[in-house]
Amino acid sequence: MKKSFKRPDGRAYDEIRPIKAEVGVVSRADGSARFQIGKTVAYAAVYGPRSLYPKFLQNPKHGLLRCYYNMLPFSSKGERIRPGPSRRAMEISLVTEKALTPAIDLTKYPNAVVDVFIELPQTDAGTRCAGITAAAMALADAGIVMYDLVSAVAVGYVNGNLIADLIYDEEAYPGEVADIPVAYMPRRDKFSLLQMDGKVSSEQLQKALELAKKVCLQICDIQRKALKRRYEKYKLMENMEG
Amino acid sequence: MSLESEAKKHVIELLEKGVRLDGRKLLEYRKPLKVNYGVSVNAEGSASVQIGETLVFAGVKLAIEQPYPDTPDEGLLMVGAELLPLANPRFEMGPPGIEAIELARIVDRGIRESGFIDLKKLCIEPGEKAWAVLIDICPINDAGNLFDASALAAFAALKNAVFPAVVDGKVDYGTKTNKKLPLVDVNPMSVTVFKIGDHFILDPTTEEQELYDARLTVGSMSDGRLCALQKGGDVPLSADDVQKMVKIGIQYGKELRKLVIK
Repeated sequence: MKKSFKRPDGRAYDEIRPIKAEVGVVSRADGSARFQIGKTVAYAAVYGPRSLYPKFLQNPKHGLLRCYYNMLPFSSKGERIRPGPSRRAMEISLVTEKALTPAIDLTKYPNAVVDVFIELPQTDAGTRCAGITAAAMALADAGIVMYDLVSAVAVGYVNGNLIADLIYDEEAYPGEVADIPVAYMPRRDKFSLLQMDGKVSSEQLQKALELAKKVCLQICDIQRKALKRRYEKYKLMENMEG
Repeated sequence: MSLESEAKKHVIELLEKGVRLDGRKLLEYRKPLKVNYGVSVNAEGSASVQIGETLVFAGVKLAIEQPYPDTPDEGLLMVGAELLPLANPRFEMGPPGIEAIELARIVDRGIRESGFIDLKKLCIEPGEKAWAVLIDICPINDAGNLFDASALAAFAALKNAVFPAVVDGKVDYGTKTNKKLPLVDVNPMSVTVFKIGDHFILDPTTEEQELYDARLTVGSMSDGRLCALQKGGDVPLSADDVQKMVKIGIQYGKELRKLVIK
């Protein structure tokens, strides 16, 4: 049953929150990015490719991608989060790894590891998606060989209404809620993250994925622009030399 | 002679001429030297400190807890620091190592021993309920001098903090009041003075931090008195060294304090 639903922040159903994206924010890292969507802020830093230890983990055919997702202790609504990996954080680290791996050519990095660290200082839902989106930019910034970018967003249903980019108050809405975080590879037209909490019909899922694609293309555009901004100055230098 | 000591020799030669590897004077902080607020709207208080490329976040969460048995009429203070592997290629995953623990304890000592937070005013019901002030320090980019950046960020986050609402004895984190923490006008500030050869420097870069002989973290208050000290490094200090380092620490503490209290 479809009941009317007004979004708490006044957005249209298919409208994502305002986005800020910046590449090259952690100078110690090989690549890094900051991605903000509404009140959710993700930092991602890439270290590597670097030697993988212990050595028995090394694979001469391809490298390894490792992702770590973490919310800072003061980042969430409610109580302080105790530092250290929770079951939730470990699962998100895993699905983040799976979301990013297909975008990377790991055969270029035999025996090596590429580490991705994602930290969230401030959150209002959509954290795994913001983390994946930031990490994709950071990987590109690190010069890792990639087939594609990865853009991620949560779509879902509140009282039967399909909406994009849920905030906390929508996830916690006292009605029927389905939350579907999705990561999308725009050039390959494939999904590399798909999870869902809630109840939907298969037709509803189909529609939700269509909306996710549309919205991810908007996000991808912002990612590309941020990456271009970072490297524009080098282009200028090249022109001057030429 | 090892490669490391070659590098050190070079640094000392420069220091004798009054310059650093990056062209700074000996007692000069990097720029930008900035404090910003609002790292997290979900924290009761938060701040970020930027010193050159170094970036540190600090956040304050407040909670209602049972006071410690030996101080039943006082609130609680906890300072944690995590050296996030995001911030430095050397930092590893896992529970806080000795570096993170020392960092947290240095920041804790400056705040606690100066009496900056009036812990008695945080007591709600003696022996039963009191506010706990939980400070977390998270370096985002470690390009040197986490000590000063962390202490300053924690100080600014405390200044920035407000109490959340309390409904039926429980904290309602969604609603903030405009009531500030009970802070005392001692304003502890922490400056770490590094000694390389016979020279004293402030605000070391990563490279300088790898070759210093000794360091002294000087916690000082608005009235110019000391509230905390911590010596580090493998080389001992003479009383004369200590005197000089303390003087520098107090002097530059005044400068850093101005970044928060205008």
